Amino acid sequence: MSSTGTGTQPPPHVIEAARSPVMASAIAGRTKVLPILELALLIAASIAPLVLRDYITVYATRVLILCLFALSFDLVWGYAGILSLGQSLFFGTAGYGVALLSRDFGVASIFAVLPAGTLIGFVAALLLAGFLLLGRHPSSVVFVSLGTMTGAYAADRLARGSHYLGGQNGIPSIPPMTIGSHELSEGPGFYYLVLAILVLIYLLSRFLLRSQFGLALAGLRENEQRIAFFGYNVQHLKAIIFAISGAIAGASGSLYAFHEGFVWTNMLGVVMSTQVVLYVLFGSGTLIGAVIGTAIVEGLSFWLSDNYRDIWPIILGVLLLLVILFRPLGLISLVLGERERVGHFGPSLKEKRNAAP
Amino acid sequence: MPLLEAAGISKVFGKLTALDGAALSVGEREFHGLIGPNGSGKSTLMKCLAGALVPTRGKVTFINTDVTSLTPPERARAGMSLKFQITAVLPTLTLYDNILLALQARSSLLDLAFSRSRGRLHEEVMTLLLQFRLADRAFDAAATLSHGQQQWLEIAMALACRPRLLLLDEPTGGMSLEERRVTGELLQPIKQHCSLVIVEHDLDFIRDICDRLTVLDQGKVLASGTVAEIQANRSVQEIYLRRA
Repeated sequence: MSSTGTGTQPPPHVIEAARSPVMASAIAGRTKVLPILELALLIAASIAPLVLRDYITVYATRVLILCLFALSFDLVWGYAGILSLGQSLFFGTAGYGVALLSRDFGVASIFAVLPAGTLIGFVAALLLAGFLLLGRHPSSVVFVSLGTMTGAYAADRLARGSHYLGGQNGIPSIPPMTIGSHELSEGPGFYYLVLAILVLIYLLSRFLLRSQFGLALAGLRENEQRIAFFGYNVQHLKAIIFAISGAIAGASGSLYAFHEGFVWTNMLGVVMSTQVVLYVLFGSGTLIGAVIGTAIVEGLSFWLSDNYRDIWPIILGVLLLLVILFRPLGLISLVLGERERVGHFGPSLKEKRNAAP
Repeated sequence: MPLLEAAGISKVFGKLTALDGAALSVGEREFHGLIGPNGSGKSTLMKCLAGALVPTRGKVTFINTDVTSLTPPERARAGMSLKFQITAVLPTLTLYDNILLALQARSSLLDLAFSRSRGRLHEEVMTLLLQFRLADRAFDAAATLSHGQQQWLEIAMALACRPRLLLLDEPTGGMSLEERRVTGELLQPIKQHCSLVIVEHDLDFIRDICDRLTVLDQGKVLASGTVAEIQANRSVQEIYLRRA
């Protein structure tokens, strides 16, 4: 598609600037805060068990597992604009699934239960997406959020009423997860395992979101109708990201089940679903924001409940309200510019050089 | 055989009949203007062509295929592209990414996940931005553009889908005289590979760039023909005089 209108060309220096990869990336390049933040957090998380007392390491492990859960919600809400208020459905179903595997079949090897939990989350999300997202016409935010929430509520009630699933009490005393002959109980070992999984899934998500697929997701979030007119199959796009998010929630749920040693109905229900919304409020639309948000909310709850035993939920609630009022994009927007938050999806310098004639 | 043939198109909203048996025929590489007073059904007809609305009665044929009941993505893949009346660029994305988003729509999801086409599409993105005089703003957010520039960006995005037929709903709405003139210049080169249906209030603009015109009034076709024929048409003159 070459331009032929003679009077319509911009000045030559502009053409030169735009065609040259170095200039183009200089225009695009600004100080990068995000990688520094990510690296600093990774270092802090890596040395934490060495300096923290054991019971706090156990608590921190739980927070890391919840970070994974928050990532799954951030993918659908922060990136694709799908408000899933039933994220706990995938978290809890996977938790119950692996608990049953270990109770009824004696399977506790990490190489079996973690893939199984991930698969359960993936399939559950795909089924729900089939009902809620795959209609001929795009479904509204209200329809999807209420639909997912109803799913979580129904699962909670079903589990409460089921004798097989242990009713109100859930499934207690799940044996520890094993790697070969080694048993993983809570402590630094479990902590580093979860950290490794979190980093791996974080990097995979980052890869996906910075790809052209991520650009399609940004389009989906900003203007679903518009990108349908480009020829995108919007429904498929939604179902895929929803299922990926369900898989991550499933992985997180199965780790949670083995870390806590029991599963109960709250893991499935609406409380868990809304909790994850709170985590992501601190920085939706960035992966690191979901991680930091989870750490802040859980850390504050831990500290406040120790020091202000009676009123800590109120303090936490007020803090969250302040964030919504004054920093709608989350606390992450204090350090991260809008441009870097949204990112850009053009080719990297290397790709441009390869593409150059 | 024309590229696009719409016949007997009716669209009823409750008690309101927006279109009543309208018809339109567009040939290869033809610029076709759709004019008429406010409320005559121009935008409704455009939406029926693009698939945003399903007509109550009638048939739309595009490249010898009946597309009446196809969804917008299916029509887009068949080679039809629409620029909305209200600008719908994606404001937080850069201009570059806006164009890339349109260009990559045909890649498979797997190719998108591994970013297989972005290196290859770079030249094409920059060519389109240059063509529409936006290259120096490539890495700014689309929200920072002027209204006129946003319209150009959107035409560029509509063209990025490599359509055989481009539907433009009021491309010069809210533009200055100079911007309108430039828009006309920017659209001319498209003719080499693409037909155009354009809804526009500015009759001077439409007379300059269109080959044929169709005049709608109250949901019906009042007249259809070359620009000269329409200008000489008595009843067309009447409705424009009546409303002027």
